[in-house]
Amino acid sequence: MKRMIGTRIILWTIVSLFILMGSSTVLAQTKTVILSTTTSTQDSGLLDVLIPIFEKNTGYFVKTIAVGSGQAMAMGQKGEADVLLVHSQAAEKKIVAEGYGINRRIIMHNDFIIVGPSEDQAKIKGMKSASESFKKIASAKALFLSRGDNSGTHSKEKDIWKAAGINPEGGKWYQQTGLGMGQTLNVTAEKKGYTLTDRGTYLALKKNLGLDILVEGDAILLNIYHVIEVNPAKWPKVNAAGGKSFADFMVSKETQDIIRTFGVEKFGSPLFFPDAGKKEEELGSKRFLPLPLDGGGCGWG
Amino acid sequence: MDLIFEGIKKAFWLLITFDPEVMGITLLSLGVSGSATLISLLIGISTGVIVALSEFPGRRIAISLINTGMGLPPVVVGLFVTIFLWRNGPLGFFGILYTPTAIIIAQTVIATPIVMGITLAAIQQLPKKLRLQILALGATRLQMVWILIKEARLPLLAAVMAGFGGVISEVGASIMVGGNIKGYSRVLTTATVMETSRGNFDIAIALGIILLLLAYFINLILTQIQQRERPR
Repeated sequence: MKRMIGTRIILWTIVSLFILMGSSTVLAQTKTVILSTTTSTQDSGLLDVLIPIFEKNTGYFVKTIAVGSGQAMAMGQKGEADVLLVHSQAAEKKIVAEGYGINRRIIMHNDFIIVGPSEDQAKIKGMKSASESFKKIASAKALFLSRGDNSGTHSKEKDIWKAAGINPEGGKWYQQTGLGMGQTLNVTAEKKGYTLTDRGTYLALKKNLGLDILVEGDAILLNIYHVIEVNPAKWPKVNAAGGKSFADFMVSKETQDIIRTFGVEKFGSPLFFPDAGKKEEELGSKRFLPLPLDGGGCGWG
Repeated sequence: MDLIFEGIKKAFWLLITFDPEVMGITLLSLGVSGSATLISLLIGISTGVIVALSEFPGRRIAISLINTGMGLPPVVVGLFVTIFLWRNGPLGFFGILYTPTAIIIAQTVIATPIVMGITLAAIQQLPKKLRLQILALGATRLQMVWILIKEARLPLLAAVMAGFGGVISEVGASIMVGGNIKGYSRVLTTATVMETSRGNFDIAIALGIILLLLAYFINLILTQIQQRERPR
């Protein structure tokens, strides 16, 4: 009897090995698209809704690699991804200018917000200018948590510091987590510090955080997502057709409609605003903020 | 405290309802880490025995390298395996980056030195005269090796447990080479990381509990085999 248990586990392992090998070869045969994207699109759950629809429509298998926008674009630059969904304007323009990315199209936006503890020792609550509030945080030497990972959020944060004319690096009150947005928000909440976050991730995590929105609505806080196809002329192994097909799917009316309503049920307000076909400049001038939220009612199912 | 309680409740719920996604993730973890352990046993035990029984120049250096390898950081392994498997990398033509196969490869690299190092120590601690005695009784070299392996059964099963424990709990390499792709290359550890960053702490705790249960049951079975006969 006891001998049988031993044989059985070995058998089990071998069987599962074969199942695995089998399944991976089957999937390798269907065409795959590597989507390199920022953590916020995955952590918000949006891609979990969109990707199955795309796969069903087209028969492609999508490999979503959710990393910071910095790494996502590095993957595009190395030809290790087929299509990028990112939110880091300056770096995006650079990758397109250098010819690694083509056909950059606007998908959607939401906004960044500055959050902090309700005590708000730097007294920034309600300020209209993001850079002015950063100045106050710096002069109060209040703890600020930075992503520090070259993500879209991090590069936006650096833009705001630049606008404030402050170099925060090296200050004891300025700490870099090197983690994703969700983790950074958790650290910020634990340490009762300030941080810059996209609204979607903040809403998703809000119930466990105890952090308040202190500054919002400044034009610099606009957070725009673009889709960029990786240029097959630079990297012949890129699945250009698949990348284009995914990019087309993202700007299609069907997808844009899903984006418009995504999150309303869970959070009482949408997490993203669809923008396909619009110009970046149009967004800055218009009111782009989500509606104010009712306090509770955002539990996970 | 509430959160941990919620997590335990969630874990039970996911288990008794046979939640298909969680079942898939759990089976994949078991399959991937089981396969990696199996392959590392083949490579690790054979190489370990050879190194233990043979004399060659630089043997001590080789052994210290193996012993260092027992502590290979998974992220470093993940990084190198990723670079090798990139489609424009040296092994890119296989096209297996971001697949379960890639995770098996990375985990095999992590587990092999562990198995090898313990095998080495296990064979070396057997009395030297035993070898002579077995050969004197007329056994072939291969038969001798087989008897030695059987003799070192207890520490060798410890090697299996250490190897399996090392890879089933590893996250750095799995997330880098597997990509944590939903329903495809998402294993228990990478799913736990993702749910944590999503703020779904209850699900993260539940996945953690399932991982611990899985590791416990595997080790229970291995311990049963190990303790089957009491050593003389």
